[in-house]
Amino acid sequence: MTSTIPTTGPTAPSLAPSTGATVELVGVIKDYGAHRALDSIDLSIAPGEFVALLGPSGCGKTTALRALSGLELINGGRILIDGEDVAAVPTNKRDIGMVFQSYSLFPHMTALENVEFGLRMRKVPSNERQQRAVEALEMVGLERMAQRFAHQLSGGQQQRVALARALVTRPRVLLLDEPLSALDAKVRVQLRDEIRRIQTELGITTVFVTHDQEEALAVADRVAVMRDGVIEQIGTPEELYATPATAFVADFVGLSNRVSAEIQAGKVLVHGKKLELLGQSLPDGPVTAFIRPEDIAIESRGIPATVVSSSFLGSLRRTRVRLEDDSLLSIQHDVDTRPEPGDAVHLRLKGSPVSAVPRT
Amino acid sequence: MTKQTVAQRIGAEPGRITRWVILVVVGLVFAIPIVSMIEFSLSSNNGHGYTLDHWTGLLSPESARTYRTLFQGIGNSFLLAAVTVAIVLVVLLPTMILVHIQFPRLRRVLEFICIIPITVPAIVLVVGLAPVYGIVVRVFGGSIWTLAFAYGITVLPYAYRAIQANLDAVPVITLSEAARSLGASWPVILWRVLLPNLRRGVLAAAFISVAVVLGEFTIASLLNRVNLQTALLQAGQSDPWVAVIFALLALAFAFVLLLIIGRLGSVSRNRSAQ
Repeated sequence: MTSTIPTTGPTAPSLAPSTGATVELVGVIKDYGAHRALDSIDLSIAPGEFVALLGPSGCGKTTALRALSGLELINGGRILIDGEDVAAVPTNKRDIGMVFQSYSLFPHMTALENVEFGLRMRKVPSNERQQRAVEALEMVGLERMAQRFAHQLSGGQQQRVALARALVTRPRVLLLDEPLSALDAKVRVQLRDEIRRIQTELGITTVFVTHDQEEALAVADRVAVMRDGVIEQIGTPEELYATPATAFVADFVGLSNRVSAEIQAGKVLVHGKKLELLGQSLPDGPVTAFIRPEDIAIESRGIPATVVSSSFLGSLRRTRVRLEDDSLLSIQHDVDTRPEPGDAVHLRLKGSPVSAVPRT
Repeated sequence: MTKQTVAQRIGAEPGRITRWVILVVVGLVFAIPIVSMIEFSLSSNNGHGYTLDHWTGLLSPESARTYRTLFQGIGNSFLLAAVTVAIVLVVLLPTMILVHIQFPRLRRVLEFICIIPITVPAIVLVVGLAPVYGIVVRVFGGSIWTLAFAYGITVLPYAYRAIQANLDAVPVITLSEAARSLGASWPVILWRVLLPNLRRGVLAAAFISVAVVLGEFTIASLLNRVNLQTALLQAGQSDPWVAVIFALLALAFAFVLLLIIGRLGSVSRNRSAQ
């Protein structure tokens, strides 16, 4: 194995857009004792692509990222970066940049020294090192904080410095391990958008781990939904939302109502209405259909229901209703309609195609 | 709810008078022997009046000859302190970092091993060490510094606690993983990332080890080695003033070390609170 960290010459352009590297996980297996955390994962990421690994706690998304970084050794399979198998290459030789969930700035160094650290490891000359570190801090809008220590920065600022530190070495791959989870909601959205802007500008291949589906759908080119150590589905945010391949994906990505239904001649029969079936056809029989809240409307006639609660969400309102069979549904509608708990309402299925899985 | 009302509610905080009484009593327990030692060291040979002769006499060439053993004991104790600190830094510190990062399941085992010496009386330790030192002498010779192997064991509980407290306060795993992702090798991580952040714990461990070594008597005496405490005992039999003066100086040195440790702790807390 000849993998070494590339050193850059004094004339190398700093933080110039790159073509990014291809990343492939081929049959990757990771065991913790008897527990299999990654069960033969296959994932192929194109140069410059932004892929999010999405899933609940314990699904293996962080393990997959750590395997890619070399912080976890794998028990089987191959990890290829630009075609080179790096499974046995130690982390410090993989040429990756990583931002962690917890604040990871070195407390005894200033922001500038933190950003310079990776360049120092690559033996970049002092002048160029400082120039590139300042440029990286400018990129995340923190050049004026260069001389501050970690404890003098807010959480959002610390993560931005960590991002600059990860990017300043122009790594082949950028790995983001839930970098926004410790931040408050507003800063989170700002930094999320900033990460996407910088990633697009630099064209760096990026893997982003999150358990927040809104975050994943907002920034990623493709999202891989993971569960119990396997990738359940990978696709664009639109594909995942519109055509979830499994009940788990439908449940996890966006909000879905699970409704008892029947397959009849390839159509889904729900509350007397026949809807188109998304994805693979299913044999006739009982199924669970997944209906999005925005595909149900409150009307003057239709399926009778009683309002349980109603929440104002800014540009829309979400109302929870109970049907006569005691099942609960969520409905998304405009803010002008203001149902009160206890109100009798009628529902109409708008007729959008739905996904379904056989009921066991 | 204010601090005072919480304290009143749970009855945890003593009243002002009680606090002062406790302070005065404890202060007297510590101050009376020390003041008495100072008073004794300044008293004249015939017991009438005070003089600085016993203090100034220590600096005379004649004293250097008279108290050669005592000065040798001081030198030995400082050498032992230095070697003991080196053992703590070279053996204990890397072991603790390794266990913390790579083998967290072994932490309880390591803690148990490190705490054991505090539960074993020095006399029992010496009984066990005596045959071991037979081998040590054959391998390393009978030099005084070999006693540091035994002292390395006796300071384990104190050094372990000081370093562990610092390890728990610093996200060692995250920092080392971040440094590895940035291209740092393990020696670089240890030297440039972890040690600067463990400085307070390491210094506290070093100072407390020095204090323990300077005050150690039993092991040195039973293994027939000369250190500060055994030399003080010997000197005290012929000149009680000089023994008291050196005991006072050793106390003052230990006091300064403890002040520095306390200062390091408060700096650490202030910084964490910011």
